[in-house]
Amino acid sequence: MIDLDTRFEPKIVGFLCRWCAYTGADLAGLSRIIYPPNITPIRVNCSGRVDPQLVLKALAAGADGVLIAGCHPGDCHYINGNVKTIRRFKLLQSLLEQFGIEKERVRLEWVSASEGARYASIVESMTEDIRSLGPLNWKQEVVIQA
Amino acid sequence: MTKPKIAFNWASSCGGCEIAILELGTELVELQDKIDIVFWPVALDFKYSDLETMPDKNVDVTFFNGAIQTSENEHLAQLLRAKSKILIAFGSCAHMGGIPALANTKNKEQIFNSCYEETPTTDNPQNITPLTKFSAPEGELSLPEFYNTVRTLREVVDVDYYVPGCPPVGPQIAKVVETILSGALPPKGAVLGASDKSLCHECKLEKTDRKVSKLMRTYETIPDPKRCLLEQGIICMGPATRGGCGAICLDANSPCRGCYGPLPNVIDQGAKMLSALSSVFDAESEEDIQKLADSVVDPIGTFYRFGLAQSLLKRTKE
Repeated sequence: MIDLDTRFEPKIVGFLCRWCAYTGADLAGLSRIIYPPNITPIRVNCSGRVDPQLVLKALAAGADGVLIAGCHPGDCHYINGNVKTIRRFKLLQSLLEQFGIEKERVRLEWVSASEGARYASIVESMTEDIRSLGPLNWKQEVVIQA
Repeated sequence: MTKPKIAFNWASSCGGCEIAILELGTELVELQDKIDIVFWPVALDFKYSDLETMPDKNVDVTFFNGAIQTSENEHLAQLLRAKSKILIAFGSCAHMGGIPALANTKNKEQIFNSCYEETPTTDNPQNITPLTKFSAPEGELSLPEFYNTVRTLREVVDVDYYVPGCPPVGPQIAKVVETILSGALPPKGAVLGASDKSLCHECKLEKTDRKVSKLMRTYETIPDPKRCLLEQGIICMGPATRGGCGAICLDANSPCRGCYGPLPNVIDQGAKMLSALSSVFDAESEEDIQKLADSVVDPIGTFYRFGLAQSLLKRTKE
């Protein structure tokens, strides 16, 4: 049996674009889909608006993972905001890799407004991936102890 | 009127900040009449005991350059904080870690291995590494402790002002000294001797809206000396860096490396530069974007060359 009292519960910060991913997350809730409560969704106007500072700040302040989710390429409400997201995200990924942060902790996903089930399954797989990686605990484990 | 007492100190740094002060030239000689230098280990014969025996708040202004990498650096930071009315983090290292903070991509063991074992010029068959204490026949010897993580001055003690630059440029130093001596003190925590706008505002190179499909390192090309380097595919930290230096690197056809630090209200200079760089990518498909991103060889060394200790993540995880 899994001991739920001592099981590590990852803290995930989600930056969701209001037009697709956040609406998709809303749909997951309205459809009563059961998925892990480990994500804290933050609504942003566009995934292209997510400054890498926000991702780094979340990780430095105690998040175990960050999800950025927006409209599928070609479906962006602002025409090409999500292409800007990809450009930024690829660079951010190689930076995070050099910092020693596992790829599974920071993900970019596309979720349309009708994909509530997809949103739930992304959160579920991300939660399990990070659970098996363990806590990040950046300030205590990396900055102070190292 | 008594002359203001000034102290200079270097911690973990190269000494370039001291040279920058000497570069004031005749102004420094004239300054001699206006100020009283009470501590300056690199240039004048002072001992740490001179400082220790001083009453608290005896020094009017201390210019502290260098990052905090050893227990000696930390001790001097605390000592000078106690003895000074105004403590200024002078230069990139004290301000945000500087080049020494790139050590935060390694740990102490790796650094010692590299310095005392692996470098081709090292001949150390007994693998001797520095110890903090050693008993010699003549008595016990001691060395400062070397820390795993380099910190900025602000992380160790309370800092009043920051003067960025590697090193701060001469005319800006003169202005800062003048401001402080005039008594019209800026609000605490201010960054002095720099502009509040990005370096691009004072860079003379021609900017268009050109995007790039290939990134190059400086040794791979000789850039057109009239056009924006970023638009020629050379990573220039200008968009994410404070101006004030006069864009002197650009005058030498060399890209900005970011020593003047982040702009006001920016927490993480590297993250901002990452955004700026991605905005000039001429790539639409995921593969093309990946290729461009992969061509940034050393993201930490590029985006945080001077600012790793001040960045949000501060060091790498092992």
